[in-house]
Amino acid sequence: MSAVKKLTTPLTPKAVRDLRKGDAVEITGTIVTGRDALHKLWIKGWPEYPDLTLRGSVLYHCGPVVRKEKDGWSMLAAGPTTSIREEPYEASVIAHYGFAGIIGKGGMGPKTLAALKEYGAVYLHAIGGAAQVLARKIVRVQGVRHLEEIGVPEAMWILEVKDFPCLVTMDSHGESLHEEVKKSSRAIFDELIGKKKAGAA
Amino acid sequence: MAKPKRPTPKPARKAPPSKKQKPAARQAVKQPPRPKKAPKAAAKQAAKKTAPKRPADPFGEKALTQVFTELLRRAATSIPPDVLVALEKAREREEPGSVARDTFDVLIENTRLAKQDSRPICQDTGMPFFEVAIPRGISIGAIERAAVEATRQATKTGFLRPNSVDTLTNKNPGDGAGRGMPIVHVHEGKGKGLSVQLILKGGGSENVGTQSALPNVDLGADRDIDGVKKVVLEAIFNAQGKGCAPGVIGFCFGGDRANGYNEAKKQLFRKLDDTNPDPTIAAMEAELLEKGNLLGIGPMGYGGKTTLLGVKGSYLARLPACYFVSVTYMCWATRRAAVEVLPSGKTVYSQ
Ligand code: SF4
Repeated sequence: MSAVKKLTTPLTPKAVRDLRKGDAVEITGTIVTGRDALHKLWIKGWPEYPDLTLRGSVLYHCGPVVRKEKDGWSMLAAGPTTSIREEPYEASVIAHYGFAGIIGKGGMGPKTLAALKEYGAVYLHAIGGAAQVLARKIVRVQGVRHLEEIGVPEAMWILEVKDFPCLVTMDSHGESLHEEVKKSSRAIFDELIGKKKAGAA
Repeated sequence: MAKPKRPTPKPARKAPPSKKQKPAARQAVKQPPRPKKAPKAAAKQAAKKTAPKRPADPFGEKALTQVFTELLRRAATSIPPDVLVALEKAREREEPGSVARDTFDVLIENTRLAKQDSRPICQDTGMPFFEVAIPRGISIGAIERAAVEATRQATKTGFLRPNSVDTLTNKNPGDGAGRGMPIVHVHEGKGKGLSVQLILKGGGSENVGTQSALPNVDLGADRDIDGVKKVVLEAIFNAQGKGCAPGVIGFCFGGDRANGYNEAKKQLFRKLDDTNPDPTIAAMEAELLEKGNLLGIGPMGYGGKTTLLGVKGSYLARLPACYFVSVTYMCWATRRAAVEVLPSGKTVYSQ
C-alpha cells in the first residue's frame, strides 16, 4: 500500500484532485456528521450556518453514541453508517454546501459519483463497525446542531478530528472501487452459478 | 471474567407499575451476584423481611432486569471468542501490506479497545433480539418487561445507542424501547433454569437481508437444494461490502415469510465453529462459505479473500405453493451473548 496521505480541512481543490481511488488518507481538522434526517432537513430548506466553514469541509455519515459530560460531550462510539441511503440527496448537498469529502461506508451511486467529479470532491470510506478506533480520532466535540429536532444519532455534530483514517473509494475523476469490486465479483458469481461464460466447462 | 470499568448501572428506577405483580414476592428480590458491593446488612434485612423461605425470585422482573442489562452490556462491548478467532484467521489469509489485511488489523484492534473500556464495539448497537427458554410456570410478562427495562437502562448508561424510532411520528424517544423493540421471544425449555440468548443486529447488515421465492428464472434456480444455494449466493453477491463485510449468513428455506426470516435469524445464535447435525445442511453451509469467499468482495468490500466469516442454515416445512429462501446478514461485529439463570439465582454468562 502506498504511503498514507495527510489531509487538513478545509481541503483545497488541488488536494482533492490529487486523490485517487485506493489512496489511504488521514484527515485532521473540523468535520461535521450528517445522516438520514439531516439530509432531509437540509434539502427542505437549506439552513445556513454562518459560523461554520462547510465549503471544503468533510461530511461524515455517522450516528454516534454520545454522552453528555459536565463541560460538553464525549463520543463513546463513532463509526460510519451506510451511505447509499443519502444517494438521492448527496449531489445537491455537495453542490449547495460545497463539501470536498464525504466519509461513510458502502460507497454511493452514479449520481454522487458524477457530483464528485463536477464539484471536485471525494468519497472516503471509513471502516464500518470500527467505532472505538474511530472515536479515538475525534479529539473534541465542538458543538451540535438540530439536536432537539432529530435526536442524538441524527444530529449535526461538529467534530475536531486528528488523523482520522479513510480509504478513497470514489475519486473526483469518475473512478469507484465499489464499481470495480462489483464488476469482478459479478464475473465470479456468474461463473459459480453456471451462468454464461463458464469458459473452462 | 471482565469487569465493567464504569460503575454497573444502578438498579432500575421504579419499573412501570404493573398491577398484576405481587409486590411482596417480586420487588424485594435479592440482587443478582454481579454488583458485588451491595451493602450486605441492608440486603440481608430486605431478604429477611420479605422472603421467609425462598431467598428471592431469580425469575422475577426486577432480578431479570439486572441480568438482561448485564447481558446487553456484554453483547455490545465484547466480541464472542469464536468470532475473534475467525477474524484473526481471516487476517492471516490476506497479503501482508494489503488494504484487506490492514482492515482486519483495525477490526481486531477495535474489539480489543471495546472490551478494554467496556464500550460499544460499533455505534449501531442494533436491534436486541432475546430468545428466552423458561422453566414451566414462569411469568412471560415479567420477562418481556425485564427485557424492555434492561434495554432502557443499557441505553441510559451508554452501552446501547438510543436506537428506537417511532415509525409513525419519526421521533426518537431516546430510551431505546418502542413498539416491537426489543424483540423478545419466549418459549418453554426443558431445564429448571432460564436461559437467554441475545443478539444485537445492526441496521446496515439488516438492510442487506433478502427473501425470495423459488423458482427464479434469472438464476436458473429450481425448487431444490441447488436452487436454494444459488439464491443465497446471490444475496451474498448483492450485499457486497454494505453490511460491513465480512459477514455471517443465516439462511432458511421453507416456512412462511415471517417464520422463514425468524428461523434464518436464529441461526445467528450458533457458534461459527459448530457443525450442523444435518449432513445435507452442513454441506450447504460449507459450500456457500467457500463460494462466498471466492467472490473476492473482501472486508468492507475493498476486495480480499474473506467475504464471509460463516454460513449457518436451517429449513422449515412449507406449503405446496410456497418455496421461500430467507437470508439474513450479520456484520463482522457479530454481537451475541447468552446467560443461564439457575433457580438458586446464580447466573452463568457465556458468548
Ligand atoms: S453493519 Fe456495520 S455499522 Fe451496522 S452494526 Fe454492523 S458493524 Fe456496525
